[in-house]
Amino acid sequence: MSARLLLLLLLALASPAFAQGFAGLGSDAEGYAMPERGVALSFPRDHGAHPAYRIEWWYLTANLQGDDGKSYGAQWTLFRSALAPEEKPGWESPQLWMGHAALTTAERHYAAERLGRGGIGQASVALSPFAARIDDWAMTSRAAEGADELSALDVSATGTGFSYRLALDAEGPLVPQGEGGYSVKSAQGQASYYYSQPFYRVSGTITVEGRAVRVTGQAWFDHEWSSQPLGADQTGWDWFSFHFATGEKLMGFRLRDKGDGFTSATWITADGKAEPQAPGALRVEPIEWAEVAGRRVPVRWRVRLPDKGLDVTTRALNDQSWMTTQVSYWEGPVVIDGSHPGRGYVEMTGYGDAP
Amino acid sequence: MLSQAFATLLSHWRRHPLQLAMLLLGLALATGLWSAVQAINGEARASYARAAAVVGQDRLQALAKPDGTRFDQQVYVDLRRAGWLVSPVIEGELRFGTERLRLIGIEPLTLPPDAAPVNVGGGEIGLQRFITPPGLLIVSPDTAQRLEGEKTPPLAVSDALPAGTALADIGIAQRLLGEEGQVSRILLWPEQLPTARPLTEIAPGLVLRAPTVDTDLSRLTDSFHLNLTAFGFLAFAVGLFIVHAAIGLAFEQRRPVFRTMRALGLPLRHLVVLLVAELLGFAVLAGLMGVVLGYGVAWALLPDVAATLKGLYGAEVPGSLTIRPSVWGLGLAIAVVGSLVSASTRLWRIATMPLLAPARPRAWSLASERAVKAQAIGGLLLLAIAGGFTIWGHGLAAGFAALGAMLLGSALLLPFLLSHLLKAGSKASRGVVAQWFWADTRQQLPGLSLALMALLLALAANAGVGTMVQSFRLTFVGWLDQRLASELYVTTRTPEESARVRLWLQQRSDAVLPIWNTEIQLFGQPVQLYGVADHATYRDHWPLLESLPGVWDSVAQAQGVLANEQLARRVPLALGDTVTLENGRQFPVVGVYSDYGNPKGQLMLQADLLRELYPDGNHLRYAVRIAPEKAGALAQSLRSAFGLPLENVINQSAVKAFSLRIFDRTFTVTAALNVLTLGVAALAMLASLLTISSMRLPQLAPAWAMGLTLRKLAGLEILRSLALAAFTMLAAVPAGLALAWLLLAVVNVEAFGWRLPMHVFPLDWLRLLLLALVSAGVAAALPALRLMRLAPAELLKVFAHER
Repeated sequence: MSARLLLLLLLALASPAFAQGFAGLGSDAEGYAMPERGVALSFPRDHGAHPAYRIEWWYLTANLQGDDGKSYGAQWTLFRSALAPEEKPGWESPQLWMGHAALTTAERHYAAERLGRGGIGQASVALSPFAARIDDWAMTSRAAEGADELSALDVSATGTGFSYRLALDAEGPLVPQGEGGYSVKSAQGQASYYYSQPFYRVSGTITVEGRAVRVTGQAWFDHEWSSQPLGADQTGWDWFSFHFATGEKLMGFRLRDKGDGFTSATWITADGKAEPQAPGALRVEPIEWAEVAGRRVPVRWRVRLPDKGLDVTTRALNDQSWMTTQVSYWEGPVVIDGSHPGRGYVEMTGYGDAP
Repeated sequence: MLSQAFATLLSHWRRHPLQLAMLLLGLALATGLWSAVQAINGEARASYARAAAVVGQDRLQALAKPDGTRFDQQVYVDLRRAGWLVSPVIEGELRFGTERLRLIGIEPLTLPPDAAPVNVGGGEIGLQRFITPPGLLIVSPDTAQRLEGEKTPPLAVSDALPAGTALADIGIAQRLLGEEGQVSRILLWPEQLPTARPLTEIAPGLVLRAPTVDTDLSRLTDSFHLNLTAFGFLAFAVGLFIVHAAIGLAFEQRRPVFRTMRALGLPLRHLVVLLVAELLGFAVLAGLMGVVLGYGVAWALLPDVAATLKGLYGAEVPGSLTIRPSVWGLGLAIAVVGSLVSASTRLWRIATMPLLAPARPRAWSLASERAVKAQAIGGLLLLAIAGGFTIWGHGLAAGFAALGAMLLGSALLLPFLLSHLLKAGSKASRGVVAQWFWADTRQQLPGLSLALMALLLALAANAGVGTMVQSFRLTFVGWLDQRLASELYVTTRTPEESARVRLWLQQRSDAVLPIWNTEIQLFGQPVQLYGVADHATYRDHWPLLESLPGVWDSVAQAQGVLANEQLARRVPLALGDTVTLENGRQFPVVGVYSDYGNPKGQLMLQADLLRELYPDGNHLRYAVRIAPEKAGALAQSLRSAFGLPLENVINQSAVKAFSLRIFDRTFTVTAALNVLTLGVAALAMLASLLTISSMRLPQLAPAWAMGLTLRKLAGLEILRSLALAAFTMLAAVPAGLALAWLLLAVVNVEAFGWRLPMHVFPLDWLRLLLLALVSAGVAAALPALRLMRLAPAELLKVFAHER
């Protein structure tokens, strides 16, 4: 899931001084708060923004089925990137915000991007009720009194050629990743705070080139924040979120480096219990590549977790699910075949960034 | 064969290096002055374009208040939240020491792609440094140099910015301008998503402005550049006279060579091709020299041009020059075209020359009386056309057309006038030598007439422009005295300070006169509104051009307004016409005043009325009346009492000195071009005299044989040049006066919107006459010297060859 870190840092620190590591993710984090092992997450506070940390995101991916019988995928993301570990009013706010939205059909992948400064009201994440916004894009809570603020959300976004308006209702609990929300990203100990809500039922409307389609499906929400999540030699990552037909879920990622890479996974039972897997337990290998936006990107994966008897392959709804945003990457819905059939999302970064 | 023929043709130049030098110099000078003007204009235009494009005003639509004032940035947030892809901009003026900056604040994250000239997120600048206090000012290298030592935020340098403009983050800019939370306009991205709510609903107070390329600046400065261009062409035309003379000489002298080559079997076509090739070679060589020379001249003049533009129009042009390929190309092209035009008659003669035509150098053909008369009639026709343009023409172009026709007409009339003057001289003279002198001068007139026309043009331009500048200066000084009648001018910083300073001054001076102002859109143009008090200062001194009876009472009772001359001419407004201000309130124009140097229209009204109609205006300035000898002390104590910066309390004498300095710099360039034109004219005369002198031996030899010494003959030659120059000067005076009148009464009115009274300065003409005589004397000196050193054998040869 660290792909998203990169985007932010590239946005905020587009400076030649950051050639080290993957866009400088391995650099020092002086002045910024660092995730600490054993600190419990606290809600609703931790649904909100953490300006003392360098980077943060609220990330939603949805596998949708239209009443026209076709499959769709939707993505809604708000990134926060801090130029300084503090918040100030007005234009002096060092907090920068970036929104990404996408809608994937079998034929075409639509992507849009919004940028904005904190402090003036253009982009923000508020609590009670929870509301993440940038411009006219919004992810707002309509949770019942006393319920978790994320238990029910309305999500909307508009871009060139597409728009969507989705209602999300959680059918399970929040799931902390890693050790109670402390997610290790390398053998050297880089880490982030990371929790998910993978149990959303979705209904709503999408519009593609002016044509409205009613949709239903499943969605997965992630919230992650950190200041220095990557090792200096890590070059990119592959991230997977799977909804299995059994009701079980899997979050897994591989951070690529010069060697075998670093993999991590959390198995989530149908009732929402998180079972963190030991580093290296997850095995992923690309089995088919395609040319996407001028570079070679894996479009089919074999994913195994022997302890759970998991041996599946993924198949992209659209091989060309390329986010043509300022920082570009592959993000799209997949169908899962094999020991545990289902649906999910895959994200891949660092595949030969074209100039 | 061809190469041998070519070598033969070229050998002529080896034997006549001075001729070659003259040809190249003439062409290079003509091209050089023309390119210099082009380079200067190009630089200025590029900088206007850069200024216009700093934040994409030339490509993007923008939302702004109708009156151009600032508004709350919440509108921007509302628009974004409604799905509009927009980006805020704040613009304002900032001062560091004596440097004024146009500060533009942008929001780099939402700025439309390529709207800014600099990628603030990348490279050496970096988004973080740009938006984090203290931020960065991105300025041109020129401006960075000027700001050195001032207390500015950190500077970053970019060539893409126009001089005098600084680009900063919007938050940084708001703080520097003291306008937190305010924006000047909101840029729209070129492509928008279909959104629910229309702009008018979200931002009801704002209007959509189309992208505009035609900036106020480029319109205002057009006239100035047209002026320069006219000068460039004048110089070019004068330069071509030199080329014409040099080419004419070379062709005449090589007639025997042409005949021999033809007789040896060189086809006519080849000969013409060779001559054209030779000419093209020279043209390219001289063109290159000219362009280099032009850059030199432009480089030397540009700082003054920049100062002029800044002083007159507030237009910022960098003092440094960029090499523009278009200027090089055009310079070369015009050199080639110019030399071909100059040589065309000669080439035609070669092409139609009978094979066995006499091989002796033909003296310059004596133009018949008829030809001179035809020229004179053409000249009169042009003068009539000039008159027509003056009476019925409109616009700057008509003014310049009248000017051109008048100058050309005068030039064409010159040979006729000179011929008659010489005839008169001949009749009045006694003695053989004197009569021979006049007759010989008349005989030479056709050969010299082109050079004399060039001299006339240069002299007339000098006299005319000199008169214009002097008239302007005299009027300007008088106007400054009227306009700046108060002893001190005070600018306060805040409304509270303004009130306190006013009170403080009222107890210590004879009068405190508010100078409140605001700017609005009226008659489709920006118009300044000035609020003034009822005071003798205005009644006694204000430079009214025309007014209704009781003008100052009407203004004092808020029943009338005054308009400056520019506005009155542009709209146009006559006395008694009404103007409609805020709330539909109408006021008659009761007076028109002169307002030199102000590019904008202006209205004056009673101060309290202004404050009532436009409460948001600037109410910070005052004029203070006090005995002049106490002004310095009062300024001193005012500054210390309120901690006002030096430039906020200004002495009248300082303003005057500053204004005059700007004025004088304005015309430095004109003066420089004037002198250069005169130099070129002198050179044209030298070239013509050289041409003639080498062909005049047959005429001089008899005079010598009859007893005139060579020294005497040489003296007469110089005297002849001086006489011709003096006569030309006589003709140049009326032409110069006409030119001055056209500049003051037609061109100035069209270009600047004001008309100036003409003053005549005969002493200046005397100076010019001396200059003309010196030029003619210098031009004649070399041929005369040659004549003096001529071996008697050469003169004897004339008889020996039985010519």
